[in-house]
Amino acid sequence: MEPTVPRMLAASFLVSLFVMIMSFPAGAITLSVGQQQSFQTIKEAVTAAHPGDTILVYPGNYREGNILIRKSLVLIGRDYPVLDGEDKYEIITVAATDVVIQGLHLVNTGAASINDIAAIKGLDVKRMKILNNRFDETFFGIHLSNSSQCLIEGNMLKGTAGARAEQDVGNGIHLWKSDHITIRNNDVTGHRDGIYFEFVTRSRVSGNFSHQNLRYGLHFMFSNDDEYMDNTFQNNGSGVAIMYTKGVTMVGNRFEGNQGAASYGLLLKDIGDSRIEQCQFARNTVGIYMEGSSRCILKDNTFRENGWALKIQASCDNNTLTRNNFIANTFDVATNGSISLNTLAGNYWDKYEGYDLNRDGTGDVPYHPVSLYGMIVEKMPTSVMLWRSFLVMLLDRAEKVVPAVTPENLRDDSPSMRML
Amino acid sequence: MIRITKHALYDILRNRFVLFYAVFLMIITFSLFSLDSDPGKAILSLLNIVLMVVPLVSIIFTTIYFFNSYEFIELLLSQPIDRKVIFFSEFLAISIALSAAYLVGVGLPVLLLGGQGALYMLVSGLLLTWVFVSLAFAASVSTRDKARGIGMSLLFWFYFSLIYDGLILYLIYSFSDYPMEKLTLALISLNPVDLARIVILLKLDISALMGYTGAFLKNFFGTGLGIGYSMSLLVAWSLIPLLYALRKFLRKDI
Repeated sequence: MEPTVPRMLAASFLVSLFVMIMSFPAGAITLSVGQQQSFQTIKEAVTAAHPGDTILVYPGNYREGNILIRKSLVLIGRDYPVLDGEDKYEIITVAATDVVIQGLHLVNTGAASINDIAAIKGLDVKRMKILNNRFDETFFGIHLSNSSQCLIEGNMLKGTAGARAEQDVGNGIHLWKSDHITIRNNDVTGHRDGIYFEFVTRSRVSGNFSHQNLRYGLHFMFSNDDEYMDNTFQNNGSGVAIMYTKGVTMVGNRFEGNQGAASYGLLLKDIGDSRIEQCQFARNTVGIYMEGSSRCILKDNTFRENGWALKIQASCDNNTLTRNNFIANTFDVATNGSISLNTLAGNYWDKYEGYDLNRDGTGDVPYHPVSLYGMIVEKMPTSVMLWRSFLVMLLDRAEKVVPAVTPENLRDDSPSMRML
Repeated sequence: MIRITKHALYDILRNRFVLFYAVFLMIITFSLFSLDSDPGKAILSLLNIVLMVVPLVSIIFTTIYFFNSYEFIELLLSQPIDRKVIFFSEFLAISIALSAAYLVGVGLPVLLLGGQGALYMLVSGLLLTWVFVSLAFAASVSTRDKARGIGMSLLFWFYFSLIYDGLILYLIYSFSDYPMEKLTLALISLNPVDLARIVILLKLDISALMGYTGAFLKNFFGTGLGIGYSMSLLVAWSLIPLLYALRKFLRKDI
């Protein structure tokens, strides 16, 4: 029987439809890499892949030197395949948009003084995602430059501190000239700086745990309008240092156990128009060290068991400290000048000895948080050896009765009677 | 010797001062612990008592007792008894009485209620008691006049708990441009009160003595060697004035 024209039309329509359906996912096939898979090495798969493809890496040990990705690929590891840099190579270098790297175990990058060799390096990338990878013995962990709208989430980074000489230790997450980056729930340890920003703007750092890094848990400069929420910075060599930046928002972070002669829970150098709220500063040599900072608001923070809760240099002005708790610190506030251009109001000081006659919860006499001995120690650090001696007690008492040396206007006029 | 010690001890206990001292210490210790929920902070407050009251009471009580029992000592000296025996018996009796009072007054509550560094505080306080008892002996044998003896004792106490620290502060101020860490170590060693204070503080409150000097001191006193050094130094501090007093007592024309 001869096929009728309408039937032929219908058949050809169906065929063309089938071809069309098939042709769409043709750009997004999955390439498997592994010993029993179609590709033996990741490099082969990267070469064969087209933009939009997914490369699935099966468990195994891959020693392929440097893997360069110049296409928009999704690189997913199954059960953490190990990519070994053999102490020589940068492992993955990405120079493309929309790349995803997920579930890999990256180990043993090289180390160099001229190049920043990283486990994953992004150059001019956009919308890159680095998710749930593990890094061990890496020089730099994640290194992005001139990038934007990237997400770094759930990675475990362990640097070479301890295993290698100090100059061979790089930063955990290192960003340079980037914007709109989200860094979430990563664990960084054993690096020089846990998280390092230079010229990184409008980014968001939250829920990270940066600990036991050689220098700073978080270190940034010239990085305006970034947000830092609920991170923990613990036992880092020198704590956290932020410099030359405006519009920093820090909420709910913890700064703990950063001890040493040049160690600070949080160092603010030339910071302006920023907010630090609901943060915890515990067991640091210095809770916050402020220098050249202006118009910052420090609110609802708790300073507990620090050597100095707050060192505020005379170069700071128009900062507001309000509703903070100062508990069991050796010194509450120290400063190096005789004038103070900052506002302290409504804080709770555990050393406050005033009274509250009208029972409104606010003390009736001002509290002077700077003690004479605190100023002496600020000038001559060696005199810390006299702490809690009879002499120091007498000096402080005398100064409290007749203030002569301590800055008269550095005071809290409405100290809270109860912990806030 | 034991018989004389016993007699002196009985004499000390009879005038009840030591008993009051023990009760006073105990009341203060218990109230400090009940005021502060954190035993670490209570120990810190107790530190001031141990560093000021214990030396003061030890040195003044010893001096007064020594002069009060002067006639008894003279009587004993007329007997065929070695001067050394008399001297050490008196020293032992007073040390035992004051140590016991300290152990009951501070030691008992502290060991019961615990707290960080309690043991160090206990041992340091005990050693300080001995140091100041022997300093009192040195002051007492130097003069026949009771008022001068007490004055000298008070001067010792003032010197070690106040004047010496003032001198240190002045020294640090004058040489603040130089690295002073090793010197501070030497300076601390020359004052038993400072020595005890720093040993206890390093056990109690790490954040307090931080910074470079703190780290330096902690590196030294925090180790077993440093603890051994400071404890043996405190023992030396109690032996040297005692031996000086003994020498003087043996040659003294009474």
